Amino acid sequence: MKTAVIVFPGSNCDRDMAVALRDATGREPAMVWHRDTELPDVDLVAVPGGFSYGDYLRSGAMAARSPIMRDVIDKAAKGVAVLGVCNGFQILTEAGLLPGALMRNANLSFICRDVDLVVENAQTMFSSRYDQGSTVRIPVAHHDGNYFADEATLDRLEGEGRVVFRYAQACNGSRRDIAGIVNDAGNVLGMMPHPERLIEAEQGGTDGKRLFEGLVAALG
Amino acid sequence: MTITPEIVAEHGLTPDEYQVILESMGREPNMTELGIFSVMWSEHCSYKSSRVHLKKLPTSAPWVIQGPGENAGVIDIGDGQAAIFKMESHNHPSYIEPYQGAATGVGGILRDVFTMGARPVANMNALRFGEPSHPKMRHLISGVVAGIGGYGNCVGVPTVGGETNFHAAYNGNILVNAMTVGIANTDKIFYSAAAGLGNPVVYVGSKTGRDGIHGATMASAEFTEDSEEKRPTVQVGDPFTEKLLIEACLELMASDAIVAIQDMGAAGLTSSSVEMASKGGVGLELVLDDVPCRETGMTPYEMMLSESQERMLMILKPGREAFAEAIFHKWELDFAVIGRVTDTGHLVLKFKGETAADIPLAPLADKAPAYERPWVPTPKRADIAAPTGGDLGEALLKLVASPDLASKRWIWEQYDHMVGADTIGRPGGDAAVVRVHGTKKALAITTDCNPRYCFADPVEGGRQAIAEAWRNLTAVGATPLATTDCMNFGNPQRPEIMGQFVGCIEGMAEACRALDFPIVSGNVSLYNETNGTGILPTPAIGGVGLIEDYDQRVGMAFSAAGEAIILIGETRGHLGQSSWLRVVHGREDGPPPPVDLAAERRTGDFVRAQIRAGAVTAAHDLSDGGLLVAIAEMAMAGGTGATIEAGDGSTGWAFGEDQARYLVTTRDSAALLAAAKAAGVPAQAIGTTGGDAVSFGGGSVPVADLRGAHERFLPELMDR
Repeated sequence: MKTAVIVFPGSNCDRDMAVALRDATGREPAMVWHRDTELPDVDLVAVPGGFSYGDYLRSGAMAARSPIMRDVIDKAAKGVAVLGVCNGFQILTEAGLLPGALMRNANLSFICRDVDLVVENAQTMFSSRYDQGSTVRIPVAHHDGNYFADEATLDRLEGEGRVVFRYAQACNGSRRDIAGIVNDAGNVLGMMPHPERLIEAEQGGTDGKRLFEGLVAALG
Repeated sequence: MTITPEIVAEHGLTPDEYQVILESMGREPNMTELGIFSVMWSEHCSYKSSRVHLKKLPTSAPWVIQGPGENAGVIDIGDGQAAIFKMESHNHPSYIEPYQGAATGVGGILRDVFTMGARPVANMNALRFGEPSHPKMRHLISGVVAGIGGYGNCVGVPTVGGETNFHAAYNGNILVNAMTVGIANTDKIFYSAAAGLGNPVVYVGSKTGRDGIHGATMASAEFTEDSEEKRPTVQVGDPFTEKLLIEACLELMASDAIVAIQDMGAAGLTSSSVEMASKGGVGLELVLDDVPCRETGMTPYEMMLSESQERMLMILKPGREAFAEAIFHKWELDFAVIGRVTDTGHLVLKFKGETAADIPLAPLADKAPAYERPWVPTPKRADIAAPTGGDLGEALLKLVASPDLASKRWIWEQYDHMVGADTIGRPGGDAAVVRVHGTKKALAITTDCNPRYCFADPVEGGRQAIAEAWRNLTAVGATPLATTDCMNFGNPQRPEIMGQFVGCIEGMAEACRALDFPIVSGNVSLYNETNGTGILPTPAIGGVGLIEDYDQRVGMAFSAAGEAIILIGETRGHLGQSSWLRVVHGREDGPPPPVDLAAERRTGDFVRAQIRAGAVTAAHDLSDGGLLVAIAEMAMAGGTGATIEAGDGSTGWAFGEDQARYLVTTRDSAALLAAAKAAGVPAQAIGTTGGDAVSFGGGSVPVADLRGAHERFLPELMDR
């Protein structure tokens, strides 16, 4: 599996994502600067966490309009897998690749802690190494993780099995406790929790590692 | 404009100091020149009250690469790598505008570290607030915590730990001390001495505005009721720009284009240019028309005294300007050549074709005032007859729920403490542990000080602050290497305050020597007073240690049932200045516990060796609250109770704060006790892990109740 990590001004989980991808695939991901206009030939594009453009205007809003995003949108339409974590999820919603929006946490504070996630759909290319309905522990670290979409959209996401991860306990005010969703084609995942932060036992757990192992299994 | 005595006074200069300026200049200074002298000779920049005493601190060891005097201290951590760190105060701004005050405190200390070539890998902080019930305190706590988080989270440096105390002495003057630790290669460390006649002086980062003018002078005066009016002197931070600045500087530092570099901190362009030129023994000529400005019509005075954030000054090798500029433009940052290195020994400022200032640098540095302020030693406190009796279980619950000992989860869950994915000892332990990326090494980091001890006996309190930092690093298995200090005190012109300062330095110096734990960087914050009432003397210590193989580290959580709990060190039952006396009886009496540095060394070295040998499954140092609180903390962390069989059930045994003590758990108590005996270290098996309560002679408290009490304080205070 060949991978790329997009780097925006203010990305700060780009290295962590690169380490997780390198460990899972055995090869270095391409680090792609946001001003580039064309992605290298890859099977997966990761949009990492951080504070692209300092979260100014709205988290993810400016990064979604960076030059490289046009090609990310094109490649996603052609079936290339796209993984957006935290700020990456915010960018994917702002870019229109995923429905809904991430609002300020309900308690208005930044939240950094391990949370339990229920795997609602273990059939996606991102979640195939998890057991359907199981609970996994992955950290969150965000100020704007409060997922919002209108009721019809939420019903559609639920009905189509596109809610992949759900918080086991209320975390940030997200509608229906949604933590991660896929697009209708199933090749774009956005999630607020950080799987790349729990891939080694020393970090406090390895539940995040299985997401990357699942991608390797699906994409070679 | 004529310089009147009033203008001199407004600049915080004494008539005598002004006389020295007149002699140095050989003429009357203009306003810009006066402003430059004023900030360089402020307490904050010149250390004029503290310099003579700071010299007493030990600052060297074979592993120290750079001690005090540069932007941060540098120590060797092996394999061609160095840890670079410093702690700094941002007390006055944080009281006036807590969010921005704390945020820019983090920004400033980050710059001190990455300006030396290090990638910042961890932030820590030491916070002192007033009484929780004080009407301003919730506002200050929420603002400071949000500010630290807002800045650190955005720049992507994990905030991995710290300490937070509450005391009425901080009601009118909270303390916000921020520490950054970075990692660099030893052959890529950058210093600030300007050199090379004709070399370009380059300004990078944010544009200069009118914010923070005279911040350093404000930080050098007492607070009064109208301090809120000083709000405009608090700077506004932009962590996004800081993140870009980190990446751009590190990218440029990978080349050989930089001769010298320094961040623009307190006193901005003035202190950076003066210090770089003075250290290099050269002159600088700056063309202020070329300084990137955010506002129109800024005068040389304003440009030189602005404390706009996220700016750096560099001397580049000739001909490398275009190469460097391309990097900064890639990161969308300002880049401007604003001057040249000269051989005049003067700082010359040009503006609109005229000379706006021309200051000889040697007197600015050499004739900076240094005062041997009068001081009186703090009287020794008499021993007290501590109250006896009372229910130990009830007291334990009160202690773990008390503001100082309660869980600080509400605070550290607002900090991204995991970004970088190298945090392997998260907040809440004795010391935070952060991996050196891509190696088996890890750094252990802690911040410590007990201001009540320092107030009761500055010398003993100074010793204890160093010893506790050393102990906290030891308790995770690290070799303590060096410290940074943030000396927060009241008005040095009062002899009893100066006596506290001198006493703390004496105790710290002694402990640093005894424990081979030198001070490599630091900061002094004086005039922490409001309307004549000083804070408790607070020499906050940031300690850094090295773990060679992080698989050998231990935490403090009881990890399994049926393990022996061993108390290491001698228990005498000292209750003077104890948390128990304060929390249960509302008294802050008596002397603090004496620190026996030889015993500290012996017990610490023993515990560390046992951790390294794998003989220990958990370790925790005993500090505030004493033995039962330490057991409760280990039980809460592991979710496992304990049965304690030893002890006489006295309050001194349960809550005494005797120093040089640790608790460890082991699967082989006989071997550990034998090893302790051989090492001449007191050790006693006191009980066994297991069950869902902490049980001891005289009581039993369910772990769930302890946790409930421990986690309650901050959420109840802040989320109502």
